[in-house]
Amino acid sequence: MNVAVGDRRQIDLSGLQGLIDVLAARGYTVLGPTVRDGAIVQAPIHVVDDLPRGWGDDQEAGQYRLRRRDDEALFGFASGAQSAKPVFFPAETLLWRGRRDHQTFSVEAPDGSSTDQAGKGGPPYAVLGVRSCDLCAIGVQDTVLAGRTFTDADYQDRRAGSFIVAVTCSDPGGTCFCVSMDTGPRPQAGRGAAFDVALTELIDERGHRFLVEVGTERGADLLAELAAPSASAEDLGAADDVAATAAERMGRELDTAGIKELLYASAESPRWDDVASRCLSCTNCTAVCPTCFCTSVEDVSDLSGDQAERNRIWDSCFNAEFSYIHGGTVRESPRSRYRQWLTHKLASWIDQFGTSGCVGCGRCITWCPAAIDLTVEVAALRESAPTARSDD
Amino acid sequence: MTDAVGQAPMLPRLFSVTRSRQDTTDTYTLELQPLDGFPLVFESGQFTMLHAFGVGEVPISISGDPTTPGPLKQTIRDVGSVTRALVAAQPGTVLGVRGPFGAGWNVAAAAGGDVVFVAGGIGLAPLRPAILEVCARREDYRRVVLLYGSRTPADILFQDSLDTWRRDFGLDVQVTVDNGQRDWHGRVGLVTHLIAHAGFDPQQTTALICGPEVMMRYAATAFLDRGVRPSNVRLSLERNMRCGVGLCGHCQYREFFLCVDGPVLDYARLEPLMARREL
Amino acid sequence: MQSIEQYLEEHPFFEGLGEESLTLIAGCARNIHVPAGAFLLRAGEQADTFYAIRHGRVAIELGGPAGGPVVLDSVHDGEIVGWSWLIPPHRWKFDARASEPTSAVAFDGACLRGKCESDTALAYGLLLRVAQVMDRRLQSARVRLLDMYGVSP
Repeated sequence: MNVAVGDRRQIDLSGLQGLIDVLAARGYTVLGPTVRDGAIVQAPIHVVDDLPRGWGDDQEAGQYRLRRRDDEALFGFASGAQSAKPVFFPAETLLWRGRRDHQTFSVEAPDGSSTDQAGKGGPPYAVLGVRSCDLCAIGVQDTVLAGRTFTDADYQDRRAGSFIVAVTCSDPGGTCFCVSMDTGPRPQAGRGAAFDVALTELIDERGHRFLVEVGTERGADLLAELAAPSASAEDLGAADDVAATAAERMGRELDTAGIKELLYASAESPRWDDVASRCLSCTNCTAVCPTCFCTSVEDVSDLSGDQAERNRIWDSCFNAEFSYIHGGTVRESPRSRYRQWLTHKLASWIDQFGTSGCVGCGRCITWCPAAIDLTVEVAALRESAPTARSDD
Repeated sequence: MTDAVGQAPMLPRLFSVTRSRQDTTDTYTLELQPLDGFPLVFESGQFTMLHAFGVGEVPISISGDPTTPGPLKQTIRDVGSVTRALVAAQPGTVLGVRGPFGAGWNVAAAAGGDVVFVAGGIGLAPLRPAILEVCARREDYRRVVLLYGSRTPADILFQDSLDTWRRDFGLDVQVTVDNGQRDWHGRVGLVTHLIAHAGFDPQQTTALICGPEVMMRYAATAFLDRGVRPSNVRLSLERNMRCGVGLCGHCQYREFFLCVDGPVLDYARLEPLMARREL
Repeated sequence: MQSIEQYLEEHPFFEGLGEESLTLIAGCARNIHVPAGAFLLRAGEQADTFYAIRHGRVAIELGGPAGGPVVLDSVHDGEIVGWSWLIPPHRWKFDARASEPTSAVAFDGACLRGKCESDTALAYGLLLRVAQVMDRRLQSARVRLLDMYGVSP
């Protein structure tokens, strides 16, 4: 059966199983959402039943919990703590190994075959269930890590070999604001990273099925093996409705008009003191953020000190030592660190990379133990005109 | 070897220390030769990441001559554990070198006009390649001044170079110290106060400044107050350079990755940022 | 509620300046209250204000990129902050920040300079008083350079 990029097909649950099987047969480690310890996490999956069938989630600032749905939806939740970031940009990666021999030493780069990351199996990865916000985040990371003069070789390798099955968000969470950031809720060709295929889950009197949109040749090639019929006009309409309904149910909103100028002009706003009085500098927000890319290096040596490994590890601008120079830390106060994070994410990112660093996924709000909400903070910055003096 | 940097920017090349010279009590200049035989080509104002095996890696200014081939020269002040290991490196020791990184002084853009170098302390090290570049094509520049401030007379770097620049290349070299003591008969006072008497034509002057940030702020405003264009006042900034290639995020200064966009930036771009604390 | 002129009469800095002069400069002044932590002036910016502190405390600070700012001097009730409004190129060299809630009489620098241009007696009186403050602060800075209480003599 001939399938072309741009085609729209329809599969049912067994077709979805077929999709997983074909990906596995082609050598991919298939990663997807699954329920573990009261949360939806990303893990290797083999069968449709590994997916969070009938599970939804409630998310609010500082709150996350699963709830049973009254249907059998496989993708009826908003998002877990993990985006695709840890798949393509692991929290720890070997840069080189070195060996000392008297006064001299030698170094060798890792051999290119990346190792098993945290029990996830090896690359190449097929990531099933990537939401539109996260697809845009991958696009952002592609620019940051692989789209400039100097590139992150490990990221590039992992991304180049990957397969992405995107999914339309049907039930956004209370902290979602992808509509404000123009990143969702439906995966769109040309917005963010390319998806190979995109699914929209449909559940109604006509059954439990998926509209499949083909995004790449690789996706077309895969779908050709599934013997999927063309989607009906009804299904196309139903998928549009799913996306339209989701778009109306955003839990949050962020006014992005002139946001770069707003943040730059707000460098001395008293609001930073206010948010700093709540911020714990715990770095949760940067860890769950699908675009945060700051890293540090960590050297590990054996007892003799003759063998050493240099690893790249995730770092966070909320750590005091992040900005350390001779003489002390540049951003000593939590106030300046929160300002750095938010200003980078929403303003200087635009200068650096031409896009916002925020995709509206809401994770930083959900996973903040102090329930700090960047949409609230930006609104407060808009309202507060810094006045240092009062005349009488 | 830029290709080598481009393909594996995180992998150090190995260099052997061939000479170590103690410049002052805490500052040393190392000469390094590449084990792979390919010399490290650099532009004035660039830096490398120097790696002492088992200790760590730090950004260090290149202080050698960019116009003639020779060993890689790096001037290091002992201020921490890694720099301590580096200044202690004896000839024969192998160090890791990544780079060169960053945007440099772009001295050639100053051709045809006056050039005023302002150096404070160890800040003379990254300026030295730029001064050598000017000396190599001295006829391209008009009046060339070096204003150099040091903590004490004992902390003055590259005394032999200062003499050569003054004698053989007609540079007006003014040295001042914060703290005179005993036998010092030269100037005592702030280096930034020398700018008023440096005798340059503001309309055609490029100022290249490197030193502590406070001193650079004063120096930059002193040039501006005398009518030098902000875009012709260039500063070399220090932040936490780690990867050297704009990937790790540590050296960000609002929209700039200082390891790639800097360390040298012009004051027209820096002025809105430098007044902010903890940026 | 007191008038600006009354504030000036009570302020030690203006002692002996004469009623006429005080009336003249009062036209350049307004009364201000600054919360703790707020900046009165910032290094590098245009120097356009002269502060006579009535109550409170102001820290004269300067900071490098790391380690926080260093407080170089503190200014208290009855003292003044800022003379760069008087001296070209009228650019502040240090930061001044209220370390306590502070009340001050704030003069417009350009206005004061204008009055001085047309009234040499006022100009001399102001300059003499500013020079006395500068003299004290310079002496303080020089002596502190010795690091008298340091470990080595």
